[in-house]
Amino acid sequence: MGKIGDRILDAIEGITDEEVLDKVKRLDTRLNEFGVDPFGFDPKFVKYGIPFALAIYRKYFRVEPKGLKNVPAGRVLLISNHSGQIPLDAAMICTAMIVDAEPPRMLRSMVETWVPTLPILSWFFPRVGQIVGTRENCQRLLEREEAILAFPEGVRGISKTFAQRYQLEEFGLGFMRLALRTGAPVVPVAVVGAEEQIPSFISFKPLAKLVGAPAFPVTPTFPWLGPLGILPLPVKYRIHFGKPMHFSGDPDAEDEVVGEKAKQVRRTIQRMLRDGLKARKNVFW
Amino acid sequence: MSSGRSRKKAEKPIAIAGISGNLGRLLTRTLHAEYPIIGIDQRPFEGKPKDVTHYQVDARRRKAENIFRRRNIRALVHLGLVHRPTPGRPVYREWNVLGTVKLLEYCQRYAVSKVVLISTAYVYGPGPSNSNFLSEDTPLLGAEDYPEMRALIEWDMFAQSFFWKYPEIETVILRPVHVVGPNVRSAPANYMRLRRPPMLLGFDPMIQLLHENDLIQAIMLSLEPGMRGVFNIVGPGEVPISTVIKELGKTPVPIPHPLAKPLAKRLWRWGLSKFPPGELPHLQFQCMVDGTRAKEVLGFRPRYNLKRTIRSVLG
Repeated sequence: MGKIGDRILDAIEGITDEEVLDKVKRLDTRLNEFGVDPFGFDPKFVKYGIPFALAIYRKYFRVEPKGLKNVPAGRVLLISNHSGQIPLDAAMICTAMIVDAEPPRMLRSMVETWVPTLPILSWFFPRVGQIVGTRENCQRLLEREEAILAFPEGVRGISKTFAQRYQLEEFGLGFMRLALRTGAPVVPVAVVGAEEQIPSFISFKPLAKLVGAPAFPVTPTFPWLGPLGILPLPVKYRIHFGKPMHFSGDPDAEDEVVGEKAKQVRRTIQRMLRDGLKARKNVFW
Repeated sequence: MSSGRSRKKAEKPIAIAGISGNLGRLLTRTLHAEYPIIGIDQRPFEGKPKDVTHYQVDARRRKAENIFRRRNIRALVHLGLVHRPTPGRPVYREWNVLGTVKLLEYCQRYAVSKVVLISTAYVYGPGPSNSNFLSEDTPLLGAEDYPEMRALIEWDMFAQSFFWKYPEIETVILRPVHVVGPNVRSAPANYMRLRRPPMLLGFDPMIQLLHENDLIQAIMLSLEPGMRGVFNIVGPGEVPISTVIKELGKTPVPIPHPLAKPLAKRLWRWGLSKFPPGELPHLQFQCMVDGTRAKEVLGFRPRYNLKRTIRSVLG
């Protein structure tokens, strides 16, 4: 088994672009003698996972990242709109930062607290650098000068129906308190294209409750075609990275005060989305 | 090296409660050249060094109080609920907490100036919503789903209230992560010694290990005058459980997690397994702690690296 596994991994390495492998090697990681970092991140998983992410990134969604240079070195919070029913937007933003940014950068994103209760995903997510989204975890990562990707719309964002596409939901305030506490700059990110990957007519609440999911989208193909129905359409992704925004103030201030600052970020992303949509000629190319 | 009294730093002795355990014997070997040592334990002390006085008493009895009255003790090191759950011995936990209550009462009554209590990082409890590195101020939820752990929490909380109640006594509470080594027979060390350690299918949480000698080092630092407070004691780093098992050259047995709890409970009750069911959540969720405070205040740095710490259970 070990030998076959090794051969598969060698094959994966063999088909991967030299340049990409080099980028993965250059990721800033601080690993212990067993090749993992304190949060359980193991770059091996990125190395062997990146060819698959890259195929989706370059061939399927043909992602066009813009303004990657705006992401500053050191601690930073990337704040993005969330869309498309399944979180491919997170995967594409992370891939962009590894394969197209210079120097390549590992993004950390936050997972819900139920993820550690799921077999396999419970260890897979930490190995690829994703951790449970608690305040202490985020703060610790920023203090290590890492980059965090967050979606303040949360699950409300990703489960939007087609009629509400590109209209940002309310933002949670956690990210802004974190930015104030750690002095990390905020880079607004607008993902254009993901909204159309799985157009959902309605989110069928009772059924969502029944299966214990946050949303139950009804799309032209789902649930009619079964699992096949969640296959996203080959839309074109355009990811806009905006200029870093700096905030200061009391991290423990009233919600209204912090909320005003969060709204500035929300307005910026909304504007970037509007501009991005205006410039876009076609959903698919 | 020998037991010449004149060499010893202080004439006032250090009492070690739980001295007959593996950790107690190890601590005695390190300490007795420098300090006069008194042992308090119900169990006999096998291989006791000549210069150590051992009192084989129950801490709740009058005899134990007499030791404190007569011996002018400088410090008490309590090795705590020696964390070694044993099937069919519920009383064990009961007297462990009660015994500690009594011992601390004597410390207060007979002006012992330093108390070092060895708790465990288990008190925070493994859980899916844990932050990766829990600080000393995290609520102690270790017994929420596992009543087997209740005595542990009770013990730690009692130690904390003692710390607050008697500011004139320098109380140190250490919460070490999984302690392993050639001598200790702790649950994690026993787990690592199993021929085929069980793992939960689809789960591979990160863990922290501490070498027994590093724990001894932390106890020595805590005995320094002026040290007081609650400290997480963290070893050389963090690794997935699977890595530990692989490093030991073993193959784990994966068990689907819905089956694990009933299975572990039955096997334990029938005496067929050496794996305490209360430890099961440690195979599923993480319970890692932040050791910054011990590093900054106690000046604690683990001396054993990860590889040596892991391999130490084989020795």
